[in-house]
Amino acid sequence: MLANYGYIGLFLVVAIFFAATTILLPVALRFLKIVPRKPNPAKSSAYECGMETIGRTWVQFNFRYYFYALVFLALDVMVVFLYPWAVELRGLGYSGFVGILVFILIIAVGYFYAWKKGVLEWK
Amino acid sequence: MSLFDPGLNLSAYYPGTLPPEWPGGYWIHWGVFVVIILAFVLLMAMGFIWLERREVGRFQARLGPNRVGPFGVLQPVADAIKVLTKEDIIPAKGDKLVYWLAPVVAFVPVLMVFAVVPFQDGALLADLNIGILYVVAISSVSVVGVFMAGWSSNNKYSLLGAMRAVSQLVSYEIPLGLSILGVVVLAGSLSLNSIVEAQHIPFILLQPLGFLIYMAAAAAEINRTPFDLLEADSEIVAGFHTEYSGMKFALFYLVEYCEVLAVSVIVTTLFLAGWKGPLLPPLLWFLIKVFGVFTVIVWVRATVPRLRVDQVMAFAWKCLLPLALINLLITGIQVLVWPEVLPWAVVFLNLAIMVVLILLWSKFFKLGGGRVEV
Repeated sequence: MLANYGYIGLFLVVAIFFAATTILLPVALRFLKIVPRKPNPAKSSAYECGMETIGRTWVQFNFRYYFYALVFLALDVMVVFLYPWAVELRGLGYSGFVGILVFILIIAVGYFYAWKKGVLEWK
Repeated sequence: MSLFDPGLNLSAYYPGTLPPEWPGGYWIHWGVFVVIILAFVLLMAMGFIWLERREVGRFQARLGPNRVGPFGVLQPVADAIKVLTKEDIIPAKGDKLVYWLAPVVAFVPVLMVFAVVPFQDGALLADLNIGILYVVAISSVSVVGVFMAGWSSNNKYSLLGAMRAVSQLVSYEIPLGLSILGVVVLAGSLSLNSIVEAQHIPFILLQPLGFLIYMAAAAAEINRTPFDLLEADSEIVAGFHTEYSGMKFALFYLVEYCEVLAVSVIVTTLFLAGWKGPLLPPLLWFLIKVFGVFTVIVWVRATVPRLRVDQVMAFAWKCLLPLALINLLITGIQVLVWPEVLPWAVVFLNLAIMVVLILLWSKFFKLGGGRVEV
């Protein structure tokens, strides 16, 4: 099985090499005068439909995203815990099913609490 | 034991994945499949670009690209050459290092997905025993590249697009994982090859609701219409790749189509019995199914208008997530009650359950026009 992860690791190297080559190809072509390079201030400013940018871009953003991230964390961990159970469902039988039902119910209480508190609303 | 040892019989470790007679089997297997995967991904992505433009053209009662080559098939090649010779414009106030790294970070995980996909019986780079978990894990890394692109461009529209991409991925990740679980329960394995072998009848018949949830969640994860909020042209120019041009933009474009390819391939493997099929050779069946799934995705794109951001979020959290959980529990009960599957009764039962659940949920939430109160 380790040999299989070797394949994946080696393939990762090839994938990174492939993507990097694609990015760096125009840089090489620039030296051959095929890709033009004539920057000017207007061209390299931020594209905002012809207007000058007002203020900084990297400002604080709405914390609504933070709520979603918190709920996501709880539920995604639940999903990851469900995977081993799903593979061995036939072996574990009814007792395993009841166990996982209790587990899901505990998470579901939190989920419905978040729903009732209006965390899932986008307003 | 060294990997270079010619006497090493790797087929003893995982039978069926390697022709045992090959000398130095490990490295030849690796080399052959790396070439196959790269060729498959690039050719199919270019084919998809052409096919999508032609199909959307037909849906909108026009022709689509038809000048370069017969039926315009060489249009993607012409586009690639054009984009290669364009000037690279880098925003002056952006974060240069992150700006350069972002396309690579977005592209590499999408390519890695294809390492575990079986093209036919045993023909895959690495038959991981955690196959589908690996796909779920690695395919969501791609959004880090998208966020890096949006953040480093120093453009407000880009940043907004990137934020939307992240929140959308975070929301749809859970229904996606849960809908795959239904298939895992039926197959009793995470390896993609074993999942295909377990499909005596395609799992789309046993898991109709899971299939629909997977398609919706996957379309949202790869930002296809109706969930393409992160590049909603009418609101935020082009989203996270507003500031990108030249080859870096081309790489993001490639990422988009490789993701569609990945989703088509995974749907084919999980729900449509992969390479299995009568009469025709397995590889041909695989390709036919992949193209079929892609055509459905294009069809959805041409038919359904873009959703609002609150609708997208409500759909994930309040509709798909409970439905996916219910679907998983029902599947679990069915597998426990009938360990030896009796297909046709279960097929009709599941279809009925799907219809009832969807009708029930559409009564709960009216996602139609006007201000949404969900």
